[in-house]
Amino acid sequence: MKLCQLTIHEARERLGAGDFSALELTEAVLERILAVDNDVKAYITLTPEQALAQARDADLRRAAGEDTPLLGIPLAIKDVLCTEGTPTTCGSRILEDFVPPYDGTAVARLRAAGAVILGKTNTDEFAMGSSTENSAFFTTRNPWDLDRVPGGSSGGSAAAVAADECLGALGTDTGGSVRQPASLCGVVGLKPTYGRVSRYGLVAFASSLDQIGVLSKDVTDAALLLGVIAGHDPRDSTSMDVPVPDYVSALDNGFGRETDLRGVRVGVPKEYFVEGMQPDVDEAVRTAVDVLTGLGAEVREVGLPHTDYALPVYYLIAPAEASANLARYDGVRYGLRVSDDGLLEMYKTTRGHGFGSEVKRRIMLGTYALSAGYYDHYYLKAQKVRTLIKADFDAAFEEVNIIVAPTAPSTAFPIGEKIADPLQMYLSDIFTLSMNLAGICGLSLPCGFDADGLPIGLQIMGPAFGEEQVLRVAHVYEQATDWHARRPPL
Amino acid sequence: MITCPGRITDCRLLVLESGMRLNQEEVQHIAELARLALSDREKALYQEQLSAILQHFERLQELDTEAIPPTASVLPLRSVMRADEPSPSSLQEDILANAPAADEGCFKVPAVME
Repeated sequence: MKLCQLTIHEARERLGAGDFSALELTEAVLERILAVDNDVKAYITLTPEQALAQARDADLRRAAGEDTPLLGIPLAIKDVLCTEGTPTTCGSRILEDFVPPYDGTAVARLRAAGAVILGKTNTDEFAMGSSTENSAFFTTRNPWDLDRVPGGSSGGSAAAVAADECLGALGTDTGGSVRQPASLCGVVGLKPTYGRVSRYGLVAFASSLDQIGVLSKDVTDAALLLGVIAGHDPRDSTSMDVPVPDYVSALDNGFGRETDLRGVRVGVPKEYFVEGMQPDVDEAVRTAVDVLTGLGAEVREVGLPHTDYALPVYYLIAPAEASANLARYDGVRYGLRVSDDGLLEMYKTTRGHGFGSEVKRRIMLGTYALSAGYYDHYYLKAQKVRTLIKADFDAAFEEVNIIVAPTAPSTAFPIGEKIADPLQMYLSDIFTLSMNLAGICGLSLPCGFDADGLPIGLQIMGPAFGEEQVLRVAHVYEQATDWHARRPPL
Repeated sequence: MITCPGRITDCRLLVLESGMRLNQEEVQHIAELARLALSDREKALYQEQLSAILQHFERLQELDTEAIPPTASVLPLRSVMRADEPSPSSLQEDILANAPAADEGCFKVPAVME
């Protein structure tokens, strides 16, 4: 096995045993990036010199006796997260030359844990999209089929993990942007509970929905990464002061005995098996549910009656919040400035030229939904239905410990197929939106492949701050199957 | 003209004709509010797309939410405060390094007032 193919926990163990150095590991991953990224196009900015320096430093620190959780582990960061001294573009022309003077908290915590940062991965512009086709720079390709999308908006991070171009990555999830690309790229993607991970340094899209998530090759790695980035941060007033458990030890010490799920009540929501879903996806997820039953779980149907309304609720609230968050891109303090001919001209031409069409479309939608005469009909209405959606989950979690469902209605679609019809694109997220609206946690992991060899994702959801339950069930399922061992034919 | 407080500094009551279809004037007005310069082609495209999207979203009105409180945030937190203690911020030169135009330690901008 090549070094770049290792998981984080495997690499940690072997680095500790002295099998190879952190420098050799980072060199191997950089070599892999050189070999495949012209095809995959996962990275916007690579920082190889800095990565090698961090790797050398990690070797010195290990020799001096340090054993921080990610010492010498090479990771990638989605380009909506601020990294000090490294361009952070958000996939947009309006921030093409922006270099943050600070690290976001999640990034700082990875560095403090000894991680090596390889570079910044591609994203739909300002995290708005489900295919990474809305990046102003280029489209990332799915490593399983280079003519297909990796999903989005964390498509760069998901593709990089799937293609062994990093050992793990950070992404962000506002409506599914970690879980959906994880599903389409056959990797693990975890969206923590809202408030679990600090948003300080995450360029804001929709402040009541955004959450930083992790993409990894297996569930153990996801648990490891979450443990490093989770926790209260006084610089984010929406981060909760809830203790961070040992997520890795929870994998083997949760429900039932070590290898089964006796005592776990699993809910399957009927609203998540809809007409228009790809039949292979339906079948693979139902088969996965049978595997959970075989492992001792008690499976029962649950109702999430307001599921159908999640799409309009999300696509009113998120754009409304985005219209406020993106007002700061005005050519004044940072980013693109198109003209100096008067204040209003500067604002309008800078934003008109600097933003891509999906971003402008959402700003327009959000502005309209908040405008006088329409605020009650759209935005307020959406917020009230959001209460109903959250209540559905609260009620369901009274009956079951976790809920399972498909992550996406289809496998990876061809590049260009959905880009002309915004509503079609929005429908890719129907199974992930509700969790952001309710603020709960969710994870996607591979549960099969379709007839074209494209990955299918199983989504496992838990109540707020229920990540241990989710990771435990995911881990047991993963160990009972071997989907996670398959690699794209790159 | 009706003025409204808060996030929008100038607004008018918009009237939709024939269902949820936005007209050209409304699209232009939203673009003004959002400070976006749009080409004629873009205005026509957004008029079409936004109308279709909003039409689809009318189904929200099926639900009776009279007695339902809105959710602005899923967290129980409100008015999170910290102690009033100064701490270092970024250096002026680092902040100005990203400025499109800077002079004498300030951001240079077009005149705000005549």
